[in-house]
Amino acid sequence: METIQELWNYYQLNGSYVMEQFFRHFLMSAYGVLFAAVVGIPTGILIARYGKLSGWVLTAANLIQTIPALAMLAVLMLAMGLGANTVVMSLFLYSLLPIIRNTYTGIRSVDSSILEAGRAMGMTGSQRLFMVELPLSLSVIMAGLRTALIIAIGVATIGAFIGGGGLGSIIIRGTNVTDGAAIILAGAIPTALMAVVADVVMGWIEKALSPANQKRAAKAGTANT
Amino acid sequence: MLVFDNVSKVYAGGKRAVDNLNLEIGEGEFVCLIGPSGCGKTTTMKMINRLVRPSEGKILLNGENLLDKNVVELRRSIGYVIQQIGLFPHMTIRDNIALVPRLKGTSVEERNRRAEELMDLVNMPKEFLDRYPHELSGGQQQRIGVLRALASDPPLILMDEPFGALDPITRDSLQAEFKHLQQTLGKTIIFVTHDMDEALKLADKIVIMRAGKIVQVGSPDEILGSPADEFVEDFIGKERLAQARQQLQTVGQIMNPDPVSVGMGETLSQAVRVMRKRRVDSLLVTDGAGVFRGWVTVEMIDRHKNWDAAVADIMETDVPTVRADTLLRDATRNILVRGLKYVPVVDERKHLAGILTRTSLVDVLYDSVWGDAEDESSGLADGEGA
Repeated sequence: METIQELWNYYQLNGSYVMEQFFRHFLMSAYGVLFAAVVGIPTGILIARYGKLSGWVLTAANLIQTIPALAMLAVLMLAMGLGANTVVMSLFLYSLLPIIRNTYTGIRSVDSSILEAGRAMGMTGSQRLFMVELPLSLSVIMAGLRTALIIAIGVATIGAFIGGGGLGSIIIRGTNVTDGAAIILAGAIPTALMAVVADVVMGWIEKALSPANQKRAAKAGTANT
Repeated sequence: MLVFDNVSKVYAGGKRAVDNLNLEIGEGEFVCLIGPSGCGKTTTMKMINRLVRPSEGKILLNGENLLDKNVVELRRSIGYVIQQIGLFPHMTIRDNIALVPRLKGTSVEERNRRAEELMDLVNMPKEFLDRYPHELSGGQQQRIGVLRALASDPPLILMDEPFGALDPITRDSLQAEFKHLQQTLGKTIIFVTHDMDEALKLADKIVIMRAGKIVQVGSPDEILGSPADEFVEDFIGKERLAQARQQLQTVGQIMNPDPVSVGMGETLSQAVRVMRKRRVDSLLVTDGAGVFRGWVTVEMIDRHKNWDAAVADIMETDVPTVRADTLLRDATRNILVRGLKYVPVVDERKHLAGILTRTSLVDVLYDSVWGDAEDESSGLADGEGA
């Protein structure tokens, strides 16, 4: 009970600070995933088209994923110095694998007969990509972004060690003081909350984009008319 | 309109999927490519819209080499229907049908109008236009597949076993519907199938292939009537051939070649003697050259009384005849509709060649019911003779 009281006091005293760190945390994660999407989705499309590259690219992305977060941050810090940019860079690297892999899988799993129909009807390569392949693999690609974002929110917490700020810095402060349980919770609870909300929201978008769901929406539509 | 000139497709490793193929396809023809799997029929078809590139030879479409054309333009001008249907699941039926017009840059109004027009063509309700492919049954989906191929009104449509994955009842109705549609619209169709029944039912011209080569080209009747070799016979199937032979039997093959006849100049008393001797109630009358002139029956003679008059004076000359080379199925219809007991058979110069009686028809019927039981039927004939 005492801890909860202390937690409450902390939020009352440092409310705006926590909010500030919350947004900072979210922005770092979001930027990392966004940059990774900008690079990862085209890469995924590329390796889906030219199958020979896929082995190399996916292995490389996998390799990045196996590096422990703290080690990655430390190495990047040597090259890029302290600060939020270094954190975003490492989040970018971590997000690459789920995004590339899901884009690749999504595009490869489009039914070959549908692609053949598209080709035979005289679609150009880019028309096939934008009218058929991407719409049909959108939900799988979104699932990749979702995974990437959840991972990023977690890893961004450690970013506080190299001066990136965010909710991690509140947690670290809590670990550094005696009886800091309330402060640790003050940082940990919003972090967990952010991850859960992000997961739910992205999950909802993913579902809305899946072709199976369009079918259901259309059925409801015809039922109404 | 479409000419294959020594076309071959050689895959890596030297396998000749299509081997020196020569074929000419005319405007408005319904051509079925048929053969066992791996015979190169699909490869042949896919070379037409360049999904497969020929290794040797050339394919001319209206005199132009396909390889010189813009591949995207070419494909937009050729309809394509596949067995897996291949509708885009994320697009409505309307968008699916109007895809090629959309690729060609037709306006939205024009596209909608076209989609509705096509739905009318196959009697499907317009509400379907706003649904998604999953909401339709397999047969309905393939109807849409066909409409999609028709959307930009291409003169040529390629079909790769389009009805192969449907249940037999749906397949039958779609085949009939499509054949009707093809005849109404006058499209040229290249249709790949491995189902002989389907080919016989739909095609104007059947191309039988084996190991990349054409074994036989011909109309369904030609192929059934004279299969080129054993392979074709096996492929058509014994049962179908037997059935077809009956369908293609001519009157000459089953007629009685020894009809009871008298000359025009004979007297009635002579005629009656012939009747009594051969135990018949009517005679066919021929002139000196054997040309058929008419017939006399015992009633006609009875009415006339004058036994010394010539047969020519009283014979009935307005008599239906059939030619010996008429197909039996046509002649049978003639006999049954007119309620005749028999029909004289003549050759191309009107010479009396034989007679087709109801008994001969019954024999044919026996043969088809107890086809292989030859001994049995000859036994029956013996009994009759005795």
